[in-house]
Amino acid sequence: MTDRQAASSTPDSVDALLDGVDADGLAGYNYAYLDEHTKREVRRSILKSIAIPGHQVPFASREMPLARGWGTGGIQASLSLLGPDDTFKVIDQGSDESVNAANIRRLATTTADVATTSDATEASIIQTRHRIPEEVLSDDQILVLQVPITDALRRVDGSDSANRRRHAHKNYSKMWVALYENIVEYGEIKLSARYPVMVADRYLMDPSPIPRWDVPKLDDADNLFLFAAGREARMYAVPPHTSVTPLAFEDREFQVERFDAAACRHCDSTDTFLTEVETDDGERVFACNDTAFCEKRAANPELAKAHHHDDPKAWGPPTDPAVPYGGDTPPSTNGADLGGDD
Amino acid sequence: MVVVDASGLTKIYGQPCGECVDNTGPAVGDNQCPVCGSVVACADIDFELYDGEVLGIVGESGSGKSSLAELLALDSEATAGTVTYEHYDGNLLAAGYQQRHQLQNERIGMVHQHVRDGLELDFSGGGNVAEKLLAAGWREYDAIRDRVRELFTETEVPVSRMDDPTDTYSGGMQRRVQIARAIANDPSLVILDEPTTGLDVSVQARVLDMFRRIQREQDVATIVVSHDLDVIRLLADRTLVMRHGRIIESGLTDRIMEDPHHEYTQTLINSVI
Repeated sequence: MTDRQAASSTPDSVDALLDGVDADGLAGYNYAYLDEHTKREVRRSILKSIAIPGHQVPFASREMPLARGWGTGGIQASLSLLGPDDTFKVIDQGSDESVNAANIRRLATTTADVATTSDATEASIIQTRHRIPEEVLSDDQILVLQVPITDALRRVDGSDSANRRRHAHKNYSKMWVALYENIVEYGEIKLSARYPVMVADRYLMDPSPIPRWDVPKLDDADNLFLFAAGREARMYAVPPHTSVTPLAFEDREFQVERFDAAACRHCDSTDTFLTEVETDDGERVFACNDTAFCEKRAANPELAKAHHHDDPKAWGPPTDPAVPYGGDTPPSTNGADLGGDD
Repeated sequence: MVVVDASGLTKIYGQPCGECVDNTGPAVGDNQCPVCGSVVACADIDFELYDGEVLGIVGESGSGKSSLAELLALDSEATAGTVTYEHYDGNLLAAGYQQRHQLQNERIGMVHQHVRDGLELDFSGGGNVAEKLLAAGWREYDAIRDRVRELFTETEVPVSRMDDPTDTYSGGMQRRVQIARAIANDPSLVILDEPTTGLDVSVQARVLDMFRRIQREQDVATIVVSHDLDVIRLLADRTLVMRHGRIIESGLTDRIMEDPHHEYTQTLINSVI
């Protein structure tokens, strides 16, 4: 032991050690953790990505207090947008309670001094991984999606330089062949997540690993979608009211997941994205993936997904027979019979 | 009607010094410029291709045949020259990438010498043909399947193998799939670069017969590049003989075969084993 270490006081417990961190640990950081130059740079990239919907824009992804690939792109986008008046919500796979979501939320609270919520209708900025909330977002909300793989074409070609050339020239025939071969093999397009979509009829976009269920929500939405990948240092956006069309054949239409008349065990919803859970008894049950909305439904089973909008609008797969669905699939009267005839 | 009219077509690999074309050619006996070391693959090529005609290009290895084919198939950039093409306004060689891509998908079919240049071996044979249809905007799955089946039948590839990966196909089948791909969108120009190289004689004959039948049925203008005089004799109406990047003789195929004028052509025809 050196003299210096011996001279400093040895903490008695972990709590004592953390006390010190709370006292001055984050005081030296800039508002919202990132320095102002970084925030400006990120905002500039955000503006550029909004200007060219679906196009991947590079940004100088900084080191974050989190490993790359764990949402660093999303955090940088969120933190550069957050102000003291914002309300922040973080979702990880539909849940606000997972460790990663809680940590990101805590970072925003301690450094940006924002209010947090788990209510999707209350938040001004929502950072999410793998899901888009069930409740319809509004024109004053921004959804920030964490993206692990930015380029949809990487599924068919590992070369980014070749893929950038394809994007530049709107040459997506290889992706189409992959879908064709998928149908040859399985009879329908079996891509569970990262379903390729065309944005504004120009760029092919990877919508991040959201389930097919959430893909129709991107089309003609009121809110802004931002996609940010920290590891790849790229971001892209779907501005409000932009057309987003999943790639599909005229006679093999895009389909969302089917749950065969299953209902959420907690709230009995049949019009939400369900997760299959195996209980300790070996029984297989379904539960809502969006836990915050599930709690609301449990309290009020009649609650519509657009309950907070004056003008009820379609959002995602056909669920409410009263609301016309904007996608390829005709409105369905049965909540479980979603997006197809087989 | 003229489908393709080429004049002054030149392709130089390297940094041309300006006198490369004068310093090379049959008179010099080389295609590498002694001043700057650039390789003149082909220079001052003039020809016309008419509707429904098959034009043969013959010559020894390194004479510039494949470079010329690549220029016409829009796979590489020309150094100089003008090509007018019936489905394009202006100089075809000046077309941008997107226009080239569209022409390659819908108007100009190419059968490459090397399978890897022409086919995606990880995809199924059917997928390779479907790619051309998809690129041309086909969006009905069943219609695409029907058309691929039709093309496989036409090019005599077993339809039962259409969903197998292309690298499990024999060399002859791969060549046929390339032809199916090249004619998928009813192009007005097809370019065959060494269509039978690497195939055994009986398969060569069947591929040539198959192509000759399709070419006659669809009346598509074709350029056949080959070092094999028998292939040229069988397919081509007119023939260009190339050496050191220049056309040294051109004329009706049977005239060239029976009565070659140029000294080199005479040697070439007499040297058939």
